Amino acid sequence: MNWRAIKAIVQRDLLAVFRSKGVMLPLIIVPLIFMIILPGAFGLLMPVLNELPGVNTPDITLFLERLPPALLARFEGYTTDQLMIVFMLVYMFAPMFLIIPLMVASVVASDSFAGEKERKTLEALIYTPTTDLELFVGKMLSAMIPALVVSLVGFLLYGLTANIAAWPIMGRIFFPNAAWIILVLWVAPATAATGLGATVIVSSKVNSFQEANQIAGIIVLPILALVLGQISGVMYFGVLVTVLLGLVLWVAGGILLFFGVRTFRRSEILAKR
Amino acid sequence: MINAPVILTEGLTRHFDDIIAVDDLNLEIYPGEVLGFLGHNGAGKTTTVRLLNGVLTPTSGKAQVLGLDPSTDGAELRRRTGVLTETPSVDERLTGYENLAIFAALFNIPPAAVESRVAEVLEIFQLTDRAGDRVSEYSKGMKQKLALARAIIHQPELLFLDEPTSGLDPVITRQVHTLIRELSRDGNHTVFLCTHNLAEAQRLCDRVAVLENGRMVALGSPAELARDLWKGMRLEVETTTEAIPAAIKALTAIPDTREVVQEQGHPVISLSLNLRDQVPGVVSCLVAAGVPIFRLTPKEPTLEDIYFALHENHKEMPA
Repeated sequence: MNWRAIKAIVQRDLLAVFRSKGVMLPLIIVPLIFMIILPGAFGLLMPVLNELPGVNTPDITLFLERLPPALLARFEGYTTDQLMIVFMLVYMFAPMFLIIPLMVASVVASDSFAGEKERKTLEALIYTPTTDLELFVGKMLSAMIPALVVSLVGFLLYGLTANIAAWPIMGRIFFPNAAWIILVLWVAPATAATGLGATVIVSSKVNSFQEANQIAGIIVLPILALVLGQISGVMYFGVLVTVLLGLVLWVAGGILLFFGVRTFRRSEILAKR
Repeated sequence: MINAPVILTEGLTRHFDDIIAVDDLNLEIYPGEVLGFLGHNGAGKTTTVRLLNGVLTPTSGKAQVLGLDPSTDGAELRRRTGVLTETPSVDERLTGYENLAIFAALFNIPPAAVESRVAEVLEIFQLTDRAGDRVSEYSKGMKQKLALARAIIHQPELLFLDEPTSGLDPVITRQVHTLIRELSRDGNHTVFLCTHNLAEAQRLCDRVAVLENGRMVALGSPAELARDLWKGMRLEVETTTEAIPAAIKALTAIPDTREVVQEQGHPVISLSLNLRDQVPGVVSCLVAAGVPIFRLTPKEPTLEDIYFALHENHKEMPA
């Protein structure tokens, strides 16, 4: 492996991403909404939520009834407001956090794989001495690095926002818990790999950034299923569930990347054009 | 000592499903040669370049480029070749300098030498002043120059140029032609020039290969092709302004004369004959019509004449 060539590809793709408004906007706006605005608003508005016209605090009875006793014991002594804060900011936001690595990896990979075909810049790269695998690894890292950096920064900002905004109710640092640490270090990279693998496969079939991005966006559906799973009380983001979820996503990501790397061959790319 | 060919192909063929893009190509190109690869759009020029660089594998036949098999030694081969693609393929979000520096790294130019080499090629193509600007702000000609600079940044032994002067102004076109000549003159560089520009091919190429629907229909120097393929002749007749109408009438009446036209603003008529044997008949006819002849000059066929003659012959050939 020629790591200097791989570094050059990463540098090139990241420069291209940073200078594209179309690519950068979702990378800034989506984390801003999910990691700062929503938790901040919830934490700040919680004390006055019942007083807002037309707003009711969600009924968490169903969720609490289905929690295992060991976890339920941890909530002992919490006021209803504190329970609501923990329920929302620790549990309900957990699957939504996964949208960040998924979206970043998918948007950058769409630009790096399909967008490059659209801009006709891939051909020059194809005539360099880099091997197909080096090209693929370079492009894969170009998507993975921002996905992991944005996830980590998003997590830190989320933690800061949640603790500050909910301080009047909680009176202590309540975030993160162990499941969130696992989520950030184990599940988020797996989610990014899954989004990346799906986007690489989609990109091999289409010829534009928009097409790739829109089709690959379907992969967000399983994450919505996780949100619904928690709302309905079927599951919750405890340590074991989070570890298992990461494992499933790593396997899925590995399979998708395996097929992705097989589609990324010079001869295949050129033969399809 | 006879040099080994830089490019050697034997029956090189590539199909895309039912379409034959390159059909039984047999070529030998020697060091220092500038080979013109002529053909209309879709004739198979780009596919040939891809096959010779190992980015496509042949359906059948084989190739050897710089002593390597492109199918198996593609990465090693591409270290020693430079390719200017049909579209400049430069990254518009990056600056000119960044485009070149990144490709310098991809071609494994030592890190300490990257800056000076990039500065050198920017200077050659007069892009130094705009090196820090994003390529999206460049004109079409500047993008083409940047793509050329990128193709030679690693000083390749074999250069594939696909329409290198497309979109360039006459001054830069001349610089590119000079660069191609200089590269080939030292005997260490070989240029494979894909072009539609027949005048450019005539000016630069030692030999030309003509491709029709994936098949090579002619190969040789422009003079060899003229001798082998061009049986006709072009003539220029100088007379008086007053005699022009009578001369044109007399010449068009001769069977098998073509393209009888007056040179704009001059008492000169040019015409094409199918056979050299018709020249005495032309003279007799003009004398009989009372046309004074001050000069009768045979003209060498241009590559354009040969190309179109080949094209016509090929169209008439049964498939």
